[in-house]
Amino acid sequence: MSDVATLKLDADGLIQRKRLIACAVPAVILAYLVYVFFAFDVLGLAQRAKWDNAVTLVSDSWSYKTHVTRSNRSGAVDYAVEGERKGRYPDGARPEWVTGGDDALRIALGDGAMVTLLPGNATRIEVPTFGVIDAVLADGQIVTNLSGTLPDWINASPRRVTITTDNGRVTLTRSKTEVFRYQGGWELFFFTLASPYHGVPVTQILFGEQIDPAQSNVAGAWGDFWGNPMWRHADVVWAIGETILMAFLGTFGAAMIALPLAFMVARNFAPLALVRGVTRRLFDFVRGVDALIWTIVLARAFGPGPLTGALAILITDTGTFGKIFSEALENVDAKQIEGVASTGAKPMQRYRFGVIPQIVPVLLAQILYFLESNTRSATIIGAITGGGIGLLLTQAMQTQKDWEEVAYYIVLVVLMVMFMDWFSGWLRGRLIGRSEGKH
Amino acid sequence: MTDATAQIQANYMALVNRRRLYGGLTLAVFALLMISGFNIADDRNAGGFWDGLHNIGDYPADVLSEAWAKRADLPGLLVKYIPALIETINIAAVSTLVGAVAGLFLSLLSTRGLARWPRAIPVFRRFMDLMRAIPEIVIALMLIFVMGGGPVPAMIAIAIHTAGALGKMFSEVAENADLKPVDGLKSTGATWSQQMLLGVIPQIAPNYLSYALLRFEINIRASAILGFVGAGGIGYELRNAMAWGPGRFDEAAAIFILLFATIVAFDQVSSRYRDRLTKGARA
Repeated sequence: MSDVATLKLDADGLIQRKRLIACAVPAVILAYLVYVFFAFDVLGLAQRAKWDNAVTLVSDSWSYKTHVTRSNRSGAVDYAVEGERKGRYPDGARPEWVTGGDDALRIALGDGAMVTLLPGNATRIEVPTFGVIDAVLADGQIVTNLSGTLPDWINASPRRVTITTDNGRVTLTRSKTEVFRYQGGWELFFFTLASPYHGVPVTQILFGEQIDPAQSNVAGAWGDFWGNPMWRHADVVWAIGETILMAFLGTFGAAMIALPLAFMVARNFAPLALVRGVTRRLFDFVRGVDALIWTIVLARAFGPGPLTGALAILITDTGTFGKIFSEALENVDAKQIEGVASTGAKPMQRYRFGVIPQIVPVLLAQILYFLESNTRSATIIGAITGGGIGLLLTQAMQTQKDWEEVAYYIVLVVLMVMFMDWFSGWLRGRLIGRSEGKH
Repeated sequence: MTDATAQIQANYMALVNRRRLYGGLTLAVFALLMISGFNIADDRNAGGFWDGLHNIGDYPADVLSEAWAKRADLPGLLVKYIPALIETINIAAVSTLVGAVAGLFLSLLSTRGLARWPRAIPVFRRFMDLMRAIPEIVIALMLIFVMGGGPVPAMIAIAIHTAGALGKMFSEVAENADLKPVDGLKSTGATWSQQMLLGVIPQIAPNYLSYALLRFEINIRASAILGFVGAGGIGYELRNAMAWGPGRFDEAAAIFILLFATIVAFDQVSSRYRDRLTKGARA
């Protein structure tokens, strides 16, 4: 009877404990989150965050702006996409939404807004919902007809006047008058304005008459597209190639180095405990130092570039693979090796026919899985060591203005990772059969 | 009779030869890819491999010798960088927590037999693929642009990636869950969330926790790397110390030591617990 009583007491205690844990775990997690909330200063962050940056980021990533700039000294007017030299309209050409001549150059900003550049450094801005704004540069000061309290989209001082409309912006300073017009799309993605193929329909490039007498249309168009100075397609493709190369060299190089070393760690192949221990510590060490530190150290020796990234991945993954491979080797079935040995096979043949066939599926599955995940790592390592698409991406982000290029690179990176994911899965399926794969 | 065996043997040898040929060809293509890949990478690198090889020890030697010369300061420096280290670990911990919870929901919603809306399974799957495919650094850099530097952008970026990665692994586990408890709960009129909470999660919890621990380990490394691009924590301190160059190598050494010790410690702890979770506690 007392047995039952103690059992019941034990069970009660157990249930009590479980109940306590069931309440305590969420409570601890909640307390931790509260602590982190203050440690990360989330409230301060909400105030510091620049939400207009987010708006710029989103709107800029799928739109572009065309600058129309009039120098107030010479009166010359310049048209350029994104205000870049590479996006300049050739002499004599201008966007179709600019009309008129030197006496009154009319720039349509969409939604009925119109900017007119008049002689004598005068500018007239017509905004349908507001009225007509006249501004003129006189004696080094900008004089406008604005008075009273101004709406927040107008910012006027004698040195600088900025008027922002829905699809454009006008900035007047003493040296120049600048008009931006925003439009959707990735402009000049295929050809810049300097190329004779810009604005020519595809069918005409393919089947129409020759545009450039020196070369065929397809060759010329491809050359201009590939060498597009704004979007730099050739560089981008090279960068993606570099990133994949880093992942490829790093992953397979690591596997090739780790496999022989793994035999020295596996208990059933390396009888010497000292060898096992030393090799294992070596694996732990290279894995623990982490790709970040390896990248920094290697970049000092080899300089920035894809080789540095590949070596950083190689060294880190040698540790990881060594651990995984040695575990696989420890799980090898000894019977098969005995069978091979009973035919009089030499040690190398025993490994070749007794061990390798057993571990190859496991190894390949792991290697291919790492190939995919290393493509992502290579993007990040490229950003640190200066190679591949990671570098282009961080550069474009740090200039904080070409968000359409950032969006382009992001799309490419995502496609690249998805492709490698699919490719490694496909290869795994081909090499070791569907049923063995993880997916 | 002998003809037949000879025939079989000839066929077999032909098969073996063909297999050897294919194997040899695959190996040759692979070797060619490795060698040409290495040469391309070597060409495009700023410094060559063979020139750099004997310089490989220079930087660690510089750092170590300076750290050794100033070894008296080292304990102080280690203490100085503990808060940054804690920030890095916090980033990893919170992002793993958030990512694991999100991954849990995503995995249940995208597993056949368990999904709340079976028709939406492909939608959730593609969503997870996308979350996994976007590298953390992309999201982190965009968020840094909006929010300014600090731990939160890194945390969100890693959490998104974690949710995608864990969601996929979780759903592989959940696919193997026994559906009988779910049916039993369904017959009592339990709602979907009750079915999941009481019928599925207890079955898969050990595997989930094991994967989440592994992810935590990976996330510590990721959060150190993201710090290096401006997201706070020990990576950020490391970049600052490195930017100073010689004279501050003792600080770099202190950070290296802290980072190394942390990664190794969590690696050991998590592999011990993962063993216990998946293979059961040793009595």
